Amino acid sequence: MIKVKINGQEQSWDGDPDLPLLWFLRDEAGLTGTKYGCGQALCGSCTVIVDKEAVRSCITSINDVAGREVTTIEGLHPNGDHPVQKAWRQVNVPQCGFCQAGQIMQAAALLMDNPKPSHDQIREAMSGNICRCGCYQRIENAVHLASTGV
Amino acid sequence: MNFIDNPGKLHVFEKNAFEKNIKIEKVSRRSILKGLGITGGFVLAAPVMSRQAFAYETGAGKMPHGVVVDPRVFVAVGPDGIVTILAHRSEMGTGVRTSLPLIVAEEMEADWSRVKVKQAHGDEVKFGNQDTDGSRSTRHYLIPMRQIGAAARTMLEQAAAKRWGVPATEVKAVNHEVVHSASGRKLGFGELAADAAKESMPSIEGLKLKNPKDFRYLGKGQVGIVDLHDITTGKALYGADVRLPGMKYAVIARPPVTGGTLVSFDPDAALKIPGVEKVMKVQGWPWPSKFQPLGGVAVIARNTGAAIKGRDALKLTWDDGANGKYDSVAYRKDLEEAARKPGLVVRAEGDADAALKTADKVVVGEYYLPHLAHVSMEPPVAVADVKGDKAEIWAPVQSPGGTREDVAKTLGIPEGNVTVNVTLLGGGFGRKSKCDFALEAALLSKELGAPVKVQWTREDDVHHDFLHTVSVERIEAGLDKSGKVIAWRHRSVAPTIASTFAAGAKHAAPFELGMGLVDMPFEIANISCENPEAAAFTRIGWFRSVSNIPRAFAVQSMVGEIAAATGRDQKETLLALIGSPRIVKPAVKDMWNYGEPQDSYPIDTARLRKVVELVAEKGEWGRQVPKGHGLGIAVHRSFVSYIATIVEVAVDDKGKLTVPRVDTAIDCGTYVNPERIASQIEGAAIMGLSIAKYGEISFKDGKVQQKNFDDFQVVRIDESPAVTNVYIVPPGPDTPPSGVGEPGVPPFAPALMNAIFAATGKRIRSLPLGKQLEA
Repeated sequence: MIKVKINGQEQSWDGDPDLPLLWFLRDEAGLTGTKYGCGQALCGSCTVIVDKEAVRSCITSINDVAGREVTTIEGLHPNGDHPVQKAWRQVNVPQCGFCQAGQIMQAAALLMDNPKPSHDQIREAMSGNICRCGCYQRIENAVHLASTGV
Repeated sequence: MNFIDNPGKLHVFEKNAFEKNIKIEKVSRRSILKGLGITGGFVLAAPVMSRQAFAYETGAGKMPHGVVVDPRVFVAVGPDGIVTILAHRSEMGTGVRTSLPLIVAEEMEADWSRVKVKQAHGDEVKFGNQDTDGSRSTRHYLIPMRQIGAAARTMLEQAAAKRWGVPATEVKAVNHEVVHSASGRKLGFGELAADAAKESMPSIEGLKLKNPKDFRYLGKGQVGIVDLHDITTGKALYGADVRLPGMKYAVIARPPVTGGTLVSFDPDAALKIPGVEKVMKVQGWPWPSKFQPLGGVAVIARNTGAAIKGRDALKLTWDDGANGKYDSVAYRKDLEEAARKPGLVVRAEGDADAALKTADKVVVGEYYLPHLAHVSMEPPVAVADVKGDKAEIWAPVQSPGGTREDVAKTLGIPEGNVTVNVTLLGGGFGRKSKCDFALEAALLSKELGAPVKVQWTREDDVHHDFLHTVSVERIEAGLDKSGKVIAWRHRSVAPTIASTFAAGAKHAAPFELGMGLVDMPFEIANISCENPEAAAFTRIGWFRSVSNIPRAFAVQSMVGEIAAATGRDQKETLLALIGSPRIVKPAVKDMWNYGEPQDSYPIDTARLRKVVELVAEKGEWGRQVPKGHGLGIAVHRSFVSYIATIVEVAVDDKGKLTVPRVDTAIDCGTYVNPERIASQIEGAAIMGLSIAKYGEISFKDGKVQQKNFDDFQVVRIDESPAVTNVYIVPPGPDTPPSGVGEPGVPPFAPALMNAIFAATGKRIRSLPLGKQLEA
């Protein structure tokens, strides 16, 4: 039996320990805010925060996070008012929106690590997250805004 | 799931005399089917508008099922004052789920903060055409949505006037209430809802629309998209996010070669994977078969992860069929050979052959653009629940009406028994106009007797896409002694989308010819456009901007080549080729004009020149740039909009490319939401850069050689333009709205290549760029 804390709630799993965290979150725990985009850690749509680090849940097994704390987009802030979320809304970032949960989690992890990133640092930290609609200019601006106070 | 609720529950408007305004007319089914032997029946379509009332007509009425102008279908007012407006087009990132309801809210004087948007299910008899493609939604629905809003407002005003016993002319709806200024009385929309429902539907012709100077929302761009909060909190519901009680998860192994078939399969190892419940065959259709499934073997599991692992364990034997030899290297040679010989003439003016022979100089450019995959961030996915002769689908589809039809046909049940619920689309770009994934889910659910979600992996998406065509575009431009272009021959060779519908189609369909070939607007005396034949060996489909991508790439690169050959400025060369401000007469009979009438949407070179001049001014054309930098310009009319782009590129001594700045000017006529226009154009620059730098799907032994984002790369944030500026041409009075979602893409790649030439002297004619600058 694997135990993991997700958004502050204890969850358990007695199935395949190799099951990617992504599919546990989406299909078993019903937390569909975390998205499948590639399954190979190439696009970042599935990004969640484990302890204080951004990880790609598509290549992280449920066993890898046993006993650790996982935060998904649903648990980032109780009212959805994390500075990154607020900045995202202020800049009207999304087009289709599908990659945005991963982008927001990556940005939130970046700001935990580096509260005042430069534009180059933002571009580097966010470069693992693909947006096919091409919202990059707004993503960069929103992360900058979140870091300077929304 | 609130998106499946029938908005009819909230209706306070009753059915009444409006039916007399509805006429029965025969319309053709999806336009692609025209001429392919598939005909439609009689359907209800409401009149779009009267010509007296508005200065322009659109092609909306000719779309399958036309337009429905009826507030009782689209608007509900609750006793609490909440106004619910139906979005009947699919949201894939363009902002249409915000823009169209915003038009209704504007015209009915609803307060946007008290408006809820609900997604319509697929029902074109009820809602009118729902195909969200062709950059059509705003241009077809600006006026109908205004009429719907105005009719709702009129009914609320009439109800208030009756309540107060005053003439309707004395009352006015203002910001969610109706006021009688003479007496100072006011009634909120909620208080009037029940009475307004009893009012008769006003005639469309008699409706008084707001004066645009009184607009609160339209043209302002101050409103965020309706799904913004849900998207940023993970609550937004995409196709992949639908969960039903008892739902099974499926992934499918499909034939590796288009048209291939299953020979045998061994499910034993798959069935041993924890969580795998069943392995079953999926029916396939012989190629080409429009949007029917490819067939294969499905693994059914308790979650997607187990289904994927189970599929990996399947032992499968395939027969690759007739397309097993498709090879991109050999195919390119075939296309190039075809482009070097005369082909089917699709446009002829003057005598291009003779003029090319007598020209002082002939500039030749042969351009290659490979297949592209859509790779929307959400791979195809659908949920189906089939019980007996009834089917319910939840899917991210651009064409819910078409999906409903195809599900009914595939299952052999009446269309009325099929409900298609439209979720948000995690990107579409034309891929989700094809409902094959929904058909797969329907077939599996029927056989399983349980709800099932079919999830495509990214590898499935890359391997089994309806790909953007592959093409060779060859242009020969003959110049006289003064450097003036006197002859133009453009041969365009590419497998056609029609080949997905009809076996053996080898020439471009009219709608493909009209995307940058026969509609080419340059003022040249001798023109020949030719379309040599090209057979298809895989599924070809619409990709955002469609044939405009290769055509604009070739034509606008050629402008740069002519500028270089004559030692002239790119922009001046471009304006000289466009020629005098004029309306260009269609060069061929029944020329495709994006389905729009020529009267309202002619090719207007004054507008084409204007976007070139505007982007040149705002984008500081001719400015000094550092060493290793270059500026390139391109313009293209598509989806009846006019767009010009300037790209500044920097190429370092190792051939590494960066894009410091992009400027784009768009004339899309009357517009609704400039903020979303900007976001579409910003995104188009990214997609254009992805196409130019990386875009290539190639085949060997009939199989796609790419798998995922590692070998089918798209641009990431660290290589995106440092800044993209967007300038929108203010519309003239009554300028018809035109497209926004697609026209931004075509000018980007040629502007980039013209910029690379300016920076390095290297002319890139073959896409993608790849390592060509490193050589």
